[in-house]
Amino acid sequence: MNFYEISKEPIIIQEVIDKVVQREAGAITTFIGTVRELTHGKKTLYLVYEAYESMAVKKLEQIGQEIKERWSGADVAITHRVGRLDITDIAVVIAVSTPHRADAYEANRYAIERIKEIVPIWKKEHWEDGEEWIGNQLETVAYPKGKPEEKDLNE
Amino acid sequence: MNNILFFAHLRDAVGRDSVQLDASGKTVAELKQLISDKYEAVNLEHVMTAINEEFASNEEVIHDGDAVAFIPPVSGG
Repeated sequence: MNFYEISKEPIIIQEVIDKVVQREAGAITTFIGTVRELTHGKKTLYLVYEAYESMAVKKLEQIGQEIKERWSGADVAITHRVGRLDITDIAVVIAVSTPHRADAYEANRYAIERIKEIVPIWKKEHWEDGEEWIGNQLETVAYPKGKPEEKDLNE
Repeated sequence: MNNILFFAHLRDAVGRDSVQLDASGKTVAELKQLISDKYEAVNLEHVMTAINEEFASNEEVIHDGDAVAFIPPVSGG
């Protein structure tokens, strides 16, 4: 089974959840990332997601591994969509199962934050008056040494 | 030879998603300089680099056959 996937097709939420079903689990949390229409008042028409697919899958696997080291007994499945997405479409689904619910919530939150740090996926926003790759212009995250610092990779 | 990969705004700036060139023996920083000289629209200052799909520092040396990808700050999720 592929627990970590980049998908050109719409994500079927239940299929992601089914991958983490385990007899030891007392909880499964699901995060569903969707395409928002308004960002700081600006209206998005649609998005295009692009991935460095082979590396993106590896980095999703790394995140899953990090979670399993931190939250014992966790199972993780992540699917991220690429291509053109319209408003309300599902961009990412993360499912985490753990023996106890608090861990399932925390680990799931960890996964989405890590995706935004280390997984090579980019979105291009299309507006009525133009388009732009997000992540480069804002420079909210810069890596002065050319790659994430150890703390970026491990926190 | 080395396959050099560009994504997102970098691909738009270069005009293609990859180029072939011999970067063996060069550091990541030296390759960045070479690319910046060749493509004036390309700014690699805040761009991460991956060698064979793993993040690499500016000091890392590129070997023959390595796939080098320039990774702009990511925006998935």
